[in-house]
Amino acid sequence: MEGVSKRYGGVNALTKADLTVEAGHIHGVLGENGAGKSTLMKVMSGVVQPNEGRMVLDGKEVSFANPAAANAAGIVCIFQELSLVPELSVADNICISNPPKRFGLIDRKAQRRIAEDALARAGGEDIHPLAPVKDLPLSRRQLVEIAKALVRKPRILILDEATSALTAADVRKVFAVLKRLRQEGLALLYISHRMAEIAELADECTVFRNGRNVGTFKSGTKSDTEIVEMMIGREYSHVFPPKPAPRPTDTAPTLEVRDLCWNNRLKNVSLQVRAGEIVGLGGLDGQGQRELLLSLFGVLRGCSGDILIDGRKVTLRGPRDAKRNAVGMALIPEDRKTEGLMLPMSVRDNLSMASLRRFAKGGVVDRTAENRAIDEMISLLAIKTDGTSVAVGTLSGGNQQKIVIAKWLMTRPRVILLNDPTRGIDVGTKAEIYQLLRKLADDGAAILYYSTDYDELVGCCDRVLVLYDGAVGRVLSGDEITERALVSSALNLGAGAGEPGRPALAGAGR
Amino acid sequence: MTDQALPISHGSDWRYRLGEHYGTLLALAVFVIMFAVYALKYPTGFSADMVQTAASKGVLLALVAVAQTFVVLTAGIDLSVGMILVLCNCLASYIVIGSPVMTVLGIVGVLAAGLACGAVNGVIVIYGRLQPIVTTIATGAVFFGIALLLRPQPGGDVNEDLADWMTGQLPGGIPTAAVVLVVIMLVIWVPFRKSMLGRVVYAVGSSEQAAYMSGLHIRRAKFAAYCLSGLLSAIGGIFITFVTYTGEASSANANAYTLNSIAAVVLGGVSLFGGRGSAVGAIFGALIFRTIGDLLFVFDLDPLWQPLFLGVVLLFSVCLGSFRLFRIRNRLELFG
Amino acid sequence: MTDSPTSAKSGFPRSFLRSIDPAVATAFACILVLLLIAATTNPDFLSPEYLLIQLQSASFLAMMSTGMMLVILLGQIDLSLPWIITVGGMMSTAAAGWGPWGPAVAIPVGVLCGVIFGIINGIGVAYLRVPSMIFTLGINAVAQGFMIMRTGGAAPQDMAPDSMHYLATGRFLFGVIPNPVLVWIVVGAVIVFLLRKTVFGRAIYAIGNREAAAYLSGISTQRVVVAVFAISGGLAAFAGTLLAGYSTKAYQGMGDPYLLPAIAAVVLGGTSILGGRGTYIGTVAGVILITLLQSILSVIRIQGIEITEAHRQVVYGIVIVAMLLLYGRGAKVTA
Repeated sequence: MEGVSKRYGGVNALTKADLTVEAGHIHGVLGENGAGKSTLMKVMSGVVQPNEGRMVLDGKEVSFANPAAANAAGIVCIFQELSLVPELSVADNICISNPPKRFGLIDRKAQRRIAEDALARAGGEDIHPLAPVKDLPLSRRQLVEIAKALVRKPRILILDEATSALTAADVRKVFAVLKRLRQEGLALLYISHRMAEIAELADECTVFRNGRNVGTFKSGTKSDTEIVEMMIGREYSHVFPPKPAPRPTDTAPTLEVRDLCWNNRLKNVSLQVRAGEIVGLGGLDGQGQRELLLSLFGVLRGCSGDILIDGRKVTLRGPRDAKRNAVGMALIPEDRKTEGLMLPMSVRDNLSMASLRRFAKGGVVDRTAENRAIDEMISLLAIKTDGTSVAVGTLSGGNQQKIVIAKWLMTRPRVILLNDPTRGIDVGTKAEIYQLLRKLADDGAAILYYSTDYDELVGCCDRVLVLYDGAVGRVLSGDEITERALVSSALNLGAGAGEPGRPALAGAGR
Repeated sequence: MTDQALPISHGSDWRYRLGEHYGTLLALAVFVIMFAVYALKYPTGFSADMVQTAASKGVLLALVAVAQTFVVLTAGIDLSVGMILVLCNCLASYIVIGSPVMTVLGIVGVLAAGLACGAVNGVIVIYGRLQPIVTTIATGAVFFGIALLLRPQPGGDVNEDLADWMTGQLPGGIPTAAVVLVVIMLVIWVPFRKSMLGRVVYAVGSSEQAAYMSGLHIRRAKFAAYCLSGLLSAIGGIFITFVTYTGEASSANANAYTLNSIAAVVLGGVSLFGGRGSAVGAIFGALIFRTIGDLLFVFDLDPLWQPLFLGVVLLFSVCLGSFRLFRIRNRLELFG
Repeated sequence: MTDSPTSAKSGFPRSFLRSIDPAVATAFACILVLLLIAATTNPDFLSPEYLLIQLQSASFLAMMSTGMMLVILLGQIDLSLPWIITVGGMMSTAAAGWGPWGPAVAIPVGVLCGVIFGIINGIGVAYLRVPSMIFTLGINAVAQGFMIMRTGGAAPQDMAPDSMHYLATGRFLFGVIPNPVLVWIVVGAVIVFLLRKTVFGRAIYAIGNREAAAYLSGISTQRVVVAVFAISGGLAAFAGTLLAGYSTKAYQGMGDPYLLPAIAAVVLGGTSILGGRGTYIGTVAGVILITLLQSILSVIRIQGIEITEAHRQVVYGIVIVAMLLLYGRGAKVTA
């Protein structure tokens, strides 16, 4: 098998990216959240088609219309969003695309042998091949996913954060498998944000940033610090507004949370947010940040602990309670397309959705007042839209996100919760959102801000709570908030330890 | 996520096999208990004749329930099964007659008609990308209209020897209908379940996204499911002709079979969300549904109360799944 | 295509053109074409009297389709329509026999029974999260059982009182406009007002588009769903009382022929069966289209072949599928 090379580019999240993968090598791909790693992989595996660029396999140009075509060409992916069918058993899933047959029917005994064999190779001997996938915990599912990929006899195997939910012991087993596959002449593409893993496995590394390949180098030729510099990059600087002087800590907090627990995912979280403060939530993705925001908004059932607004205890049974005047909360949800907006509905209908009661008398909407408030919001946030009656789905991502924020500003909230509001939007809009948040804070709002982008936490926040495994691991404030400190505390390393590595515990589950 | 490697012994296969067939086994158990009670209370006690009556009533609905199962497994729904059944009934009253050869040819013709009806549904739903509910309501109207064209008035005839044999008893008092049903299942369901086709149908119903990511032929599988549904409805249509000796385009019958097929499927442990359950369960679901009526009869419940009681039992059984709601901790999951 | 008039600022003609749903326009065009084709065979089809009679019979279907439309806007479906119609008809005629006050309370009693069944539908769908298709099917069976149980033993009054007969057949306004048409205009106006001007109407569209987003916006989605099913049940029962008044008699199975036309009218009017999209004017068009189709098919003769119920069913089904293929297609499933 000769060397394999691929070229393509031009997908929104990926601009003119190049990558070459050789047989018998493990190629590490590094990059921050949203650097384009996952898109790259989706293109290679035929899940999405590139707008421009080309892919070359064994010297021949190829294109894949769907995952089946990519599989046929020997390219197999292990997806971050798992591609397992929940109702089918482990063995059924492992052999799903090409089960062993006898007389044209699936041979369940042979299938089971294959599955057991593959599970053993992937290090999941403890998984019962007949167990339905939906009953397995995430870490086991990931092993099944790996076993499923092995059965397809791939020539190129792509792993996207394939170890993110595994325990340290499982990771060692998987690594052994991957190294053996390398010896067998496979080309492996290993995508991760964990440098320790890449350092151990990879022969070459490529760093992605903002959808571009910013450098490929032999493993071991660059220090961790150099790699981090490449990942973070400095060629665009966020336009962050200046931070005000630290507020006196003796003022009463607008939002106070005491010992919040939920379902083993939140463990005794306590925090305070004062009027005028932007408090960041940091940590690796999936450490309970999302759950914390949802529980504050009354969405989660069975929370224990107290939520106080202006020193008064409140009980919230849902968003309806949370947006009451006495509470005045707003939540900018994680996924604007499914949780924030009704895409086919008009800009106007979306904007006034949360605050409609304000313009209504006896349930009848006062159109004039509604339109006036909407026009105000549109000009305040500089939303670019062709009138208020166009469907929100036709706007750009940045403008959509502005509408989600505007929708909640129309309720005049005093406590604003944001769940990664800048994901997937352009740099210009990001800067506008930073300015807006600071302005809202200056006007007296208390803001709790979760972001997966460490740069933003550094640039925007007065304090940052770093969550680890559902609990507040560390609180950084003022000058302590640096990217280095955020990374090391996200990985739960001791204070001051700058070396990013994999957490000792299996805490990185999503 | 702090799960440790659980020591699972591979000797515990039975646990998973039980889990896989839980719905079916539960339906079987409920049916056996109900039927036992019925047999005990039956005026003349347990007899071949009693089984015979119960079987011929049950098999008809069972066939339609199996037809419905195929489509429901893909997370769709077929509201035209009853109409296909009636259409095939009317068609059979013309062509399933005469010499043995003619009769066989007639049966093949009716089966082909059912298959074609299913194929029409499949093409519109898959390639026309319309919702299965509306599509099958609309095509159901067409099928029923054709049935009415064939038989504006009830009438026609059927090969009586065959009909008598099919609705009669085999030596030993075993009802032929039940045996035929078992044979049909062995010929159609078992190979389906064990083939790649069946695997893909389950995968599509469980998670279309994952099935696509795994590179499966989604459309082909869905299409086959609709075709099989039409085929099974056609078998039901032939069988009803054997029972009644006539063809009748009765909209009441058509609607009742459609609606009862959904009830039977749900009672038999097939998930309306797709991907879970088995046609065997659906058969027991159909038998349970029929036995409820019989039970009310032997317990001397006022016949006027029977439909209400049946409705309430049905409503209650579809609500059983709601117990899972108590376990949901994140209210957003309610809207998934 | 949401039910939202354009904002005051944008110019009238452009925004007006943009606000026309192609499905609604097609439905109205079909109505015209149907009438013209019919008129070539017999000019009487264009006479005001014929058209008024068509509107009168359309108004019965309109009551059912109105409720069905609200439910479909939520992304649900109400298959309990047939027997809730029957409940409305039978309970109102029965109430009419309750002594001197009977005729006065007949219609309210019938409607109330429909509302009660509707509320149960709503609770099952919103709180128990049972798929509406199966739950309303169950309610249909229960309603049927209930009616059989009631009528079999006691044989309550099934004749419609004069008041109901008058409401369904009389012509109160100048002796010209049939009363059911007036009722339709009133109900239609209320529904349009509800959908376009009220918080409740916005909530219906929001839930139909994405219930999770509506919930996170602080809308009590579950209460809205129950309310909509209650309205649907009430309107279905009201249609039942009108039907009973029209034929002077309530009987079992009187609602059976209406389920398919009611759903078809809504869908032909451009309302998405997946919810969240549709206008009431579209449903009006759909109702008239279906009624005309039925009426013309039942009168017309083509080369000596009598058009029967059979042909009507076939044409129905084909027209619905064809219209849907033009406008109602879903998105292609890929990643």
